[in-house]
Amino acid sequence: MPPQAIEFRGVTFSRGAERRVLDRVSLTIETGAVVALVGRSGAGKTTILKLVNRLLLPDDGEVVVEGRTTRDWDPIVLRRRIGYVLQDVGLFPHLTIGDNIAVIPRLERWPTARTKARVTELLHLVGLPPERFETRWPDELSGGQRQRVGVARALAVDPPVLLMDEPFGALDPVTRAELHAEFHRIQEQVRKTIMIVTHDMGEAFALADRIGVVDEGALVAFARPDEIRNSGEPRIRRLLDSMPVGRTS
Amino acid sequence: MSRLLAFWSAHWSELVRLLGQHIMLVFVSTLVAVVIAVPLGIFASRRPRLATPLTGVANMVQTIPSLAMFGFLLPVPLVGGVGARAALVVLILYGLLPIVRTTIAGLRGIDPVVREAGIAMGMTDRELLRLVELPLALPSIIAGVRVAAVVGVGSATIAAAIGAGGLGEFIYRGLSMVDTTVILGGAIPAAGLALAVDGLLYGFERSLTRRRRRMRPAIPVAAASAILVLLFGSFVAGRRTGDTIVIGSKNFTEQLVLGELLAQSIERQTGMKAVRKLNLGGTLICDRALLTGDIDAYVEYTGTALTAVFHEPVERDPARVFEIVRERYAGTGRTLLPPLGFNNTFAILVRARDARERGLKTIDDAARVAPSWRAGFGYEFLERPDGFPGLAKTYGLRFAGTPRVMDLTLSYRALAAGQVDLIAGDATAGLIQGLDLFQLEDNRRYFPPYDAAIVARAELLLRYPEVRTVLEQLSGRISAADMRSLNYAADAEHRDIPQIVSEFLARQSH
Repeated sequence: MPPQAIEFRGVTFSRGAERRVLDRVSLTIETGAVVALVGRSGAGKTTILKLVNRLLLPDDGEVVVEGRTTRDWDPIVLRRRIGYVLQDVGLFPHLTIGDNIAVIPRLERWPTARTKARVTELLHLVGLPPERFETRWPDELSGGQRQRVGVARALAVDPPVLLMDEPFGALDPVTRAELHAEFHRIQEQVRKTIMIVTHDMGEAFALADRIGVVDEGALVAFARPDEIRNSGEPRIRRLLDSMPVGRTS
Repeated sequence: MSRLLAFWSAHWSELVRLLGQHIMLVFVSTLVAVVIAVPLGIFASRRPRLATPLTGVANMVQTIPSLAMFGFLLPVPLVGGVGARAALVVLILYGLLPIVRTTIAGLRGIDPVVREAGIAMGMTDRELLRLVELPLALPSIIAGVRVAAVVGVGSATIAAAIGAGGLGEFIYRGLSMVDTTVILGGAIPAAGLALAVDGLLYGFERSLTRRRRRMRPAIPVAAASAILVLLFGSFVAGRRTGDTIVIGSKNFTEQLVLGELLAQSIERQTGMKAVRKLNLGGTLICDRALLTGDIDAYVEYTGTALTAVFHEPVERDPARVFEIVRERYAGTGRTLLPPLGFNNTFAILVRARDARERGLKTIDDAARVAPSWRAGFGYEFLERPDGFPGLAKTYGLRFAGTPRVMDLTLSYRALAAGQVDLIAGDATAGLIQGLDLFQLEDNRRYFPPYDAAIVARAELLLRYPEVRTVLEQLSGRISAADMRSLNYAADAEHRDIPQIVSEFLARQSH
């Protein structure tokens, strides 16, 4: 695996003729790093994620994943190498928890026994005992439990990259703290390249090796958490002050 | 209620056959509608600009009354005509709208986050449709199928008008015999079928929407196979094979009797199978069916053929009318056989007692006493060019006061009860005999002739000379009195038509 898992080279993206969402964003993410993208709502954080798994293509510049620009990737192949956890999770309501997690392994034609073993393994990993959860339905679970299933589903075929869009946004502080601890434990075990979008500065400090600060479509800083915390740059300071800092871990 | 049970037990095998046909019509049409409408709905839901005009067209189709739709389709080749095929086309058209609409609604109702999750996970378009969108839209689609099937059960009763069979046959027969028992005999099973179909699909829909989505397929599968067995049976039974002759008729009692008469005569004397497509809507439907070969023969009236089929001016000489019509039929590959022996024309009727006491035989006789009489006429007779105005002029008829307008059927009873003294009825009405009425002779030949005669496809008569012989033998064998008593037995005594006919034929052959 190349040392750079993901690279943005001068990426510009517009919605319609006028509205420029991203303006010449460049960044490099090393394999195995956890990067948090912070910024106000509408700053362009989610757009950055969607450019990685080719839900969107850049108008200008390139997004390079594992050494290849997303334009050259078959989108289906690319997306199956990238786990994606949405803020609203988006579990399939007509499938059990076990079947939700097994969707992509089955599409990849894994043998039944392997799929089954993987589902069990993942449920253990995210702290949901399979014997209690595998055959239950999404609408029977709490928000935190659903988030865990979302993470398990994203990890199903062991993708090297994980994208998480405000995965803990809608949760109460206690559950969030619990999941942050869980996050560290899982990352210890699976070692993925992770991009996580949040508007909670505290969460970014708690989880990330690198923090990218996005403001009005531009990447205004990309540095280690302590550097961001102590930055004297006025734009960053203003953002830091305006954003919530949840009590975490 | 007991009359209803008696009717069902007397017609048990027919009831089962008609129910089978009915189920087949609904099952096949709904199935085809699903096969067309679901992909259409999927297509439309992905192209929102198409969805609106598409549902618009489907809506429009839905608003066409089904009887009118059957009418529109009559002259259309391949899909039109009479019989089960045309009925299926109409039922399919009706089934499309609800299914297209609920398919679109079901797909649009899916949480966009769920769809996005599927795409982001790396599902292809087809995988997304198969694994996520269709399963989630399924309850909504089934709801549409439910509507389509229930509407189909209703519309299929009308299909009997074009000879597609089904429970509508009882309903039409009952309507033309003015016999509520027979109407209910068809309407109740149809309503029961609608409820059963609705309940079955509702259960299916529920089993999908309930939280525990592992549905046990046993019930739907069992029901589906039962239906399949039934429809296969009726399909095999209803197929036209080898040496069969198809007999048609219009949708009133006399025509049903005559159709049965033709069919039984052929079956008795040639051993060939006669398929009965009785109760076809009206003159034009029968004519069209004969042209296209959907039926082989039926009984028409010369005056009706002259004006309604061939649009010729009214003509009063029976022999001339017959000649004109025979030639016109011959020009279109059909043969008109010599008349059966009765004239189903307007009949000027008085009470038999009055006729006896005053020595009345003709309308001229009646014109003498008419100024002290009251008359009652149906609305149509008062208006028609060959109705009352011309009659009054021809015979110099005058009554005490203007004639009363009344329902044709009621006028017979009004005459018998003495409320009026003279009416214009139907020459072969069974009630003439039943109520002891007397038909005055049209001695000035005012009314055009409506001689009943068999019209058949010429090709059929050439291919089966024995059928020709049998049909020709019926010429001149049915008098107005015969027809009246046959009609009376069916209409007033509510007797079974095949039974009446077979007794009549037995008497004739002695």
